[in-house]
Amino acid sequence: MASTIRVRAIAGADTTEVQALVQHPMDSGFVKDSKGNLIPPHHIETVQFETGGKTVFTALWGPAVSKDPFIKFAFKGGKKGDDLKITWIDNKGATDTTTAKIM
Amino acid sequence: MFTAKLPDLRTSRRGLLKGAALAAVLGASLNVMRSVAAFAADAAGWPAEAFKQKNEADALKALYGKSAEASDKVKLDAPEIAENGAVVPISVSSTLPKVTAISLLVLENPFALAASYKIPEGTLPSVSNRLKMAKTSKVVAIVESDGKLYSATKEVKVTVGGCGG
Repeated sequence: MASTIRVRAIAGADTTEVQALVQHPMDSGFVKDSKGNLIPPHHIETVQFETGGKTVFTALWGPAVSKDPFIKFAFKGGKKGDDLKITWIDNKGATDTTTAKIM
Repeated sequence: MFTAKLPDLRTSRRGLLKGAALAAVLGASLNVMRSVAAFAADAAGWPAEAFKQKNEADALKALYGKSAEASDKVKLDAPEIAENGAVVPISVSSTLPKVTAISLLVLENPFALAASYKIPEGTLPSVSNRLKMAKTSKVVAIVESDGKLYSATKEVKVTVGGCGG
């Protein structure tokens, strides 16, 4: 299966800008389906970004983060060709991970 | 009659055994899944308590154990009017030193805390994301700088809510 994570990390002069898009329903637990039953909460809880053996960013998400969440941040350092590893874990224990090259 | 019954019994016994084995496997995998889930929540330090709080003060108390003061050094970028409450683009940045965390709260949502980000040393105090908003609400950005909390607030008008469907 294709990864649920799409990421673009671009190295600038002294910082690397990261944009990531994760495919996930992010069900809040307040929305009803067509039969009127509540769809139980199903959302990502943590997303971790690592490079060079160091965590550069951690997202802690509640159910109020939009479906197919988007995140953008930047960190100092990082150069073209470095690996950036992204891992998410949701409230049902599902997880996905991907490694992208910094461009 | 008897000969007809015997294989029946056998199959049912085998079926039973199979069922038991399957149940055991299922039970084990369920346990594994449960422990993975528990592990995930614990190991990654997802602050479940903070995400359950209904107002700003309780969420901040659960998350940081302190309250925030307003600061013009926290910049909160959010639209004046969000046409679709399911996807509201919100950005936070700050000129404060030693920023270690950025959190976002939507006060009128069922749970106030929407997202929290850990900013290790070397990562810029700036983050963009997209949040759901149930209705028109104040959005609060919290920046933890040098152990203290600073906030910026902006009201976002929502024309179609994104939490209740």
